[in-house]
Amino acid sequence: MSEHEREETETQEQRNLGFWLYLMSDAVIFALLFATYAIMIRGTDGGPTGKQLFDLNNAALETVLLLVSSTTFGFASLSARTGNRGGAIGWLAVTFLLGVGFVFLEVREFAGMIAVGAGPDRSGFLSAFFTLVGTHGVHVTMGLLWILIMSAQIVLKGLTAPVVSRLYRLGLFWHFLDIAWVGIFSIVYLPGLL
Amino acid sequence: MFGKLTIEALPLYSAIAAGGAAVTVGGALLVALVLTWLKAWKYLWTDWLTSVDHKRIGIMYIVLALIMLLRGFIDALMMRAQQAMALNAGGYLPPEHFDQIFSSHGTIMIFFMAMPFMTGLINLIMPLQVGTRDVAFPWLNAVSLWLTAAGAALVMVSLVIGKFSTAGWTGYPPYSGIEHNPGVGVDYWIWAVLISGIGSTMSGINFMVTILKRRAPGMTLMRMTPFTWTALCASVLMVFTFPAITVACGLLALDRVAGMHFFTNAHGGNMMNYANLFWIWGHPEVYILVLPAFGIFSEVVATFSRKRLFGYESLAYATAAIAFLSATVWLHHFFTMGASANVNAVFGIATMIIAVPTGVKVFNWLLTMYRGRIDFHPSMMWSIGFIVTFVIGGMTGVLLAIPPADFLVHNTTFLVAHFHNMIIPGVLFGYLAGYMYWFPKAFGFELNRGWGAASFWCWLIGFYLAFMPLYLVGLKGMPRRMETYNDPTWQPYLMVAALGAVVVLCGIVSMVVQLYVSIRDRKLAADRTGDPFDGGALEWSTSSPPPPYNFAVLPTVGDREPFREAKKNGTAYRRPASYTPIRIPSNTPAAVILGGFAFVLGFAVIWHIWWLVVVSAIAMFITVIARSSDDHAEFTLSAGEVKRIEDERFRQLGGRA
Amino acid sequence: MLAASVALLAGACDLKRAAVLDPKGPIALAERNLLFDAFCVMIIVIVPVIVMTLWFAWRYRASNASARYTPAWDKSGKVDAVVWSIPAIIIISLGVLLWRSTHKLDPYRPIENAGPATEVQVVAQDWKWLFIYPEQGIAVVNQLAFPAGRPVSLRITSDTVMNAFYVPQLAGQIYAMAGMQTRLQLLADQPGKFVGRNSQYSGSGFSEQHFEVLSLSQGDFDAWVAKVKQAPGRLDAQTYPAQAAKSRAVPITYYSAVEPGLYDQIIAKYRHSGHTHTQNQGAGAPARR
Repeated sequence: MSEHEREETETQEQRNLGFWLYLMSDAVIFALLFATYAIMIRGTDGGPTGKQLFDLNNAALETVLLLVSSTTFGFASLSARTGNRGGAIGWLAVTFLLGVGFVFLEVREFAGMIAVGAGPDRSGFLSAFFTLVGTHGVHVTMGLLWILIMSAQIVLKGLTAPVVSRLYRLGLFWHFLDIAWVGIFSIVYLPGLL
Repeated sequence: MFGKLTIEALPLYSAIAAGGAAVTVGGALLVALVLTWLKAWKYLWTDWLTSVDHKRIGIMYIVLALIMLLRGFIDALMMRAQQAMALNAGGYLPPEHFDQIFSSHGTIMIFFMAMPFMTGLINLIMPLQVGTRDVAFPWLNAVSLWLTAAGAALVMVSLVIGKFSTAGWTGYPPYSGIEHNPGVGVDYWIWAVLISGIGSTMSGINFMVTILKRRAPGMTLMRMTPFTWTALCASVLMVFTFPAITVACGLLALDRVAGMHFFTNAHGGNMMNYANLFWIWGHPEVYILVLPAFGIFSEVVATFSRKRLFGYESLAYATAAIAFLSATVWLHHFFTMGASANVNAVFGIATMIIAVPTGVKVFNWLLTMYRGRIDFHPSMMWSIGFIVTFVIGGMTGVLLAIPPADFLVHNTTFLVAHFHNMIIPGVLFGYLAGYMYWFPKAFGFELNRGWGAASFWCWLIGFYLAFMPLYLVGLKGMPRRMETYNDPTWQPYLMVAALGAVVVLCGIVSMVVQLYVSIRDRKLAADRTGDPFDGGALEWSTSSPPPPYNFAVLPTVGDREPFREAKKNGTAYRRPASYTPIRIPSNTPAAVILGGFAFVLGFAVIWHIWWLVVVSAIAMFITVIARSSDDHAEFTLSAGEVKRIEDERFRQLGGRA
Repeated sequence: MLAASVALLAGACDLKRAAVLDPKGPIALAERNLLFDAFCVMIIVIVPVIVMTLWFAWRYRASNASARYTPAWDKSGKVDAVVWSIPAIIIISLGVLLWRSTHKLDPYRPIENAGPATEVQVVAQDWKWLFIYPEQGIAVVNQLAFPAGRPVSLRITSDTVMNAFYVPQLAGQIYAMAGMQTRLQLLADQPGKFVGRNSQYSGSGFSEQHFEVLSLSQGDFDAWVAKVKQAPGRLDAQTYPAQAAKSRAVPITYYSAVEPGLYDQIIAKYRHSGHTHTQNQGAGAPARR
């Protein structure tokens, strides 16, 4: 391996470690938002509860969209590794659409809750719900923007080493959000309905 | 169009407030004038503001810290003066001004003096000590700096436009909520902390990756310098605990801006959660600050005792233990919030346990001095003053760790004395020791020893005069944060404390004089070898200041003190057979621009200028995208260039090479 | 020299009467003794460390050629064992003291073997303190009176931001928080007058938020209750808002009658908007009442 290639590999390793550490700090944020939610579940102030508000079918559909999008992102990663530009962009497009679907469903759910007077300013419980789930949704939205940017980079620069490396980190981010969603589904929606 | 911002935001309601604003604006204008007179704007921009070099970034952090030390200390002088006079509603400050001052004093000293000072020293020295060319993410490093500066700028602007928070540096709701504090003060605090906190998290990531992945070949973890060890542990804490204050301030901001109920009295809010979130960050934060200071003491005491550091392995394990334990004690900041005896007792015991590794460190430093040959360089004086004074604070900490004892003195000036008794000798003396120790490395000439010693004695005596009375008046039942009081027996103590503040002022003036005298006499005290104190670690093997690439040939390490080994073996100043070209990250305006927009974003949120919030957010986004899409933001220094720089270095070394 | 001694003596006399060092009841006495005991234990470590530091700095100064110089001595297993174990032993023994005393002095725990308690409900307000005596049916602002030698059982809440109830000569402090109740027990051995304060900054009137604490003989206490019962004022849901409105440096005020359940209503208004649900703890209430 040439000196240049060795340095390039080292740089990517450092970037990957740095990104893992960022994800860990993000995980701490989510953990604290989960803890806050757990503490505030009963802070409904006589207002609407999870049981009254949550739609398990909607949550299930969101889950399917997000989990499938992780799979399609996996296909995009595989295409990238084998130098298949068309495949990478195509699968990224599918992932993007699934992600947009997820965000659309979530925004619709939020709007519905606000319309019936169950917005984040109604009670502590709802503040915690909107912030936890909303923070996740904002992360997904940032991920969608990042997918667009990576697609543009693949088109303009091709599947160069830096581009593939960035795609790997986007993958880490996307799968991390999946795991966070599994937590949300399990801790927020399911118990809200039991 | 301008949200809540109107002409009423100007502090024309009181002479003192107007004075503060005038000094701030005047100071900024003065700096601009001097730069213009020296024709230094271009130099400032190309060589400093757009730099991504860890050494430059480190120096800028320290400059920020020293300026904010002055600002925070003026707050301290004003508080001590007020309390010395304020028996029975005496005192010179208008109502509620004192409350802003104690809030900004704490906020500035922790977030904008101590954190930047530490980050600056680690930036300046750690990459040299691990034998690498720069930190892992040089551009991110610059972004961290400018985000911190943006936060500091918000605090400074609050002197001129609007008011600062009166909720203390801790910002407890519901007092800090929108219902009880609808003005902009708390918002200034929130956004200054949030923005600089993001910078600190990124620095933590940067330092961790640098230390874990960029050490010179042969440098195992147990061969790192003590300072690097403590920088690593502090960085781990930064990455894992700064998210907690981001959440605490973020949720408070949501309560204030979006009418949510995280911490409100009614509607299902839970104010106790804020205390938990804040201190889950807050306690590790003080260890983030003190561990690198401990690392500095380890290096300084060894160098100026002319001995190897005693108990290196013990110190490394103790550092890791302290870092881990620091995340288990946060509840001791609110023993009086009504938790059960079991909960209070568990956290009290955890707090006591931290005293054990800390005590081990103190003994190791003492044993390093033992049978050494001590040179009383100012840095050594700071270290000795630290040991004597810090253990007193540690003792009062153990007292406070016992919940029923804490019930008697929590939130009194006894507590204030305790934590200043830890932070001033622990953190500040450590950073000042590091500043005076590594100044020659950064600038190529030594600081004047006499004025350094004067500064030390004034700080030490001033500290005791200012804070020992506070322990005593706290035992008399005086709560903290009191603008006036009605017990005349308190006043003598507070007057002595005010005298102490004046003595510390002499210490600060001595530091300013030291700087002036040292710059004036720099040719006489020039550091031509890069090794003015016969150091053992790698930073002393470079020139002072080091070249942009730090090491022409990256070192290989076989010992805990690689440079001392090399000096013993005669391999220290060898010229390599040939030089290779070196790639160096290019300067870029993207980081300072990002910081500028972060400032605007914070200001816009505070004043509810929503269109400007959107515009600055988009601008930040575009800056980041543009920068990240740049794959080749570096230039190459040719082998000939490197040789030229190295030849000059060897010429300076003269006899040594 | 003389001046310094005089100052020291004056200081010492003054400190003998320092609130924390001069407790007037068993709780504060026990808590103060903890401070002393822990202080004495820690002094065993601190004084030698300070002495060693100054001694080593002096003895091993570079100009002292007669001192031994061992530059390479940088580790010793024996020393390690000592410096880890001695602090550990001290901390373990202090830890045992901590565990026991924290349970014994739990502010929620009634004082043992002390007889029936005087019940008082405390409401922290801006910037004063309201004391409601449910058994006597009276209320007082900024004066807490009770019979000496008998425990006082306090239930504490806030009708504003977080405050802290603090009478250092009788007991430690505890936070007062809206919508929640904390407990504190105190007992004054003898009749006397003490100072009470708020120790948690709560706004512009914070400095003036002190109150008088009076422990009285049983006869004097009965007389005091009778005096309060002659006051013209009455505290109920109609008059309460005016009483609670922001005010500073409020003089001692008596209310001869207080609406039963007023204290519970003050807590309840923060729990559910308008509802009083004593069994529904909701978010944020400490587990114990």
